[in-house]
Amino acid sequence: MTGGHAGRQAYTGVPRWLYGLAVLAALVVVLPLVAMVARVNWANFIPLVTSAPALAALGLSLRTAAASTALCIVLGVPLAVVLARGRFPLLGLLRSLVLLPLVLPPVVGGIALLYTFGRQGLLGGAIEVLGLQIAFSTTAVVLAQTFVALPFLVVSLEGALRTGGQRYEAVAATLGATPGTVFRRVTLPLALPGLASGAVLSFARSLGEFGATLTFAGSLQGVTRTLPLEIYLQRETDPDAAVALSLVLVAVAVAVVALAYRRPGGRGPDGKAGKQASGERPTTAAGAGGALA
Amino acid sequence: MTGSRKLTALLLAVLMTAMLAACTGKGDADAGSGSSTLTVFAAASLKSSFTELAERFEAENPGTTVTLSFAGSADLATQLSQGAPADVFASADSGTMAKVQEAGLADGGPRNFATNTLAIAVPPGNPAGIRSFADLAKAGIKLVACAPQVPCGAAAARVADSTGTVLSPVSEENSVTDVLGKVISGEADAGLVYVTDVRSAGARVKGIPFPEAAAAVNPYPAAVLAGSRNKTAAGRFLDLLAGPEGQEVLAAAGFGPGPA
Repeated sequence: MTGGHAGRQAYTGVPRWLYGLAVLAALVVVLPLVAMVARVNWANFIPLVTSAPALAALGLSLRTAAASTALCIVLGVPLAVVLARGRFPLLGLLRSLVLLPLVLPPVVGGIALLYTFGRQGLLGGAIEVLGLQIAFSTTAVVLAQTFVALPFLVVSLEGALRTGGQRYEAVAATLGATPGTVFRRVTLPLALPGLASGAVLSFARSLGEFGATLTFAGSLQGVTRTLPLEIYLQRETDPDAAVALSLVLVAVAVAVVALAYRRPGGRGPDGKAGKQASGERPTTAAGAGGALA
Repeated sequence: MTGSRKLTALLLAVLMTAMLAACTGKGDADAGSGSSTLTVFAAASLKSSFTELAERFEAENPGTTVTLSFAGSADLATQLSQGAPADVFASADSGTMAKVQEAGLADGGPRNFATNTLAIAVPPGNPAGIRSFADLAKAGIKLVACAPQVPCGAAAARVADSTGTVLSPVSEENSVTDVLGKVISGEADAGLVYVTDVRSAGARVKGIPFPEAAAAVNPYPAAVLAGSRNKTAAGRFLDLLAGPEGQEVLAAAGFGPGPA
């Protein structure tokens, strides 16, 4: 059944029949992508993806996704640390609320944002007094993307912080480090892989944001029409352009995922590194020691 | 090993059966001769009038159930070209209907049963003081329109061209409902929509008709589809649309009469 070298093989614990279903599962995801690639009009591919509206949409998507990711890091790191380390009542409730955008349909997010930052919204008056224009602006796109992407960063980082444990932090504190120093020199460096994978996921989610943007920000070339919105619009008249641009988005997404889960120097996937118990990991232990030295 | 193989085969069989059942489920509904189903794909703007007309059609044709599917005309055309089963297609513009015809999906020529004209929609109270089409081009006005790729946007562009007005919308939406939504929520000062949209929005928006809209009157064509299994009933539905009863319901929703 397994051949002569069976004894040398490590036990994987995967029953054979599971492979069949796993292949089926992979097909569910891969087959539609293959079908889409098969529909690409290669003869016109370059003109289609380098048209002025396409380039404007791609540029806007990359810029807004980068801005949203930065905003997610700035806002998400403190939130993740508080959720992982803080002790106060209603912490569980806060976590559930913050993670809500993960399960909400994006259009619901768009409506909620509209009633917060819109002209008639909760903060609409205050925003108008400040002379800011959020509706129909690129700022609205970034807000929509941040709203949907923030939970990805928070979940990733909070997981990394929790599984990392607090032993090194406790040691650092007994050696006289202030909470600020512990945070900067122990907590953050240890959670860095988790933060990195969280940031990449946030970027990917921002890049794909569609529903909330359409509802909240509108759609205007170069201002609010990101790549997914451009694809949605092109599909009305030029399905070839829509397919070509979809392929561009898939390529960017593949690059992002590859970046997040690449295997540096034969170690485990980057995304997992932060989530593993770090007690037995000499590299992180050395890192913590170095940080204190 | 054999046991697990059997299990795999069983699971695969169950999955395949489920998929097949999902694919063929639609066809079975039409098979019975006693009752039949008429599936109508109609542009989103026809929702209220077609819902009412479908009820009347069912009352006049006992045993026939009308199933309505509303979406943007281009979306519906795409679904039809991918093999979606339907008996009647009613489009909000002739361009989309022409594509469906070119693809050989229509049975016979389309019939124009209604027209729709653009109107300006403003939030109640008209905060920006819009009075005419020319006001839409004023600086600082947050105008929302459809993108030129969709019928309502093409119509807006035609009107703008014919009057020499340069519109610079803050957003070009994919559908007229999205434009209306931005006006209802008060985000936009004005939106270019159809007369029928203003009518259906009721008190949530104020409609401002403008004479320049005559430059772009959108005909609504309907056709029996080539793949229909119920062409007689489909033809009767088109008759209802063009007849006095259909025209009355459509006029109540704000549609103009279809050219004879």
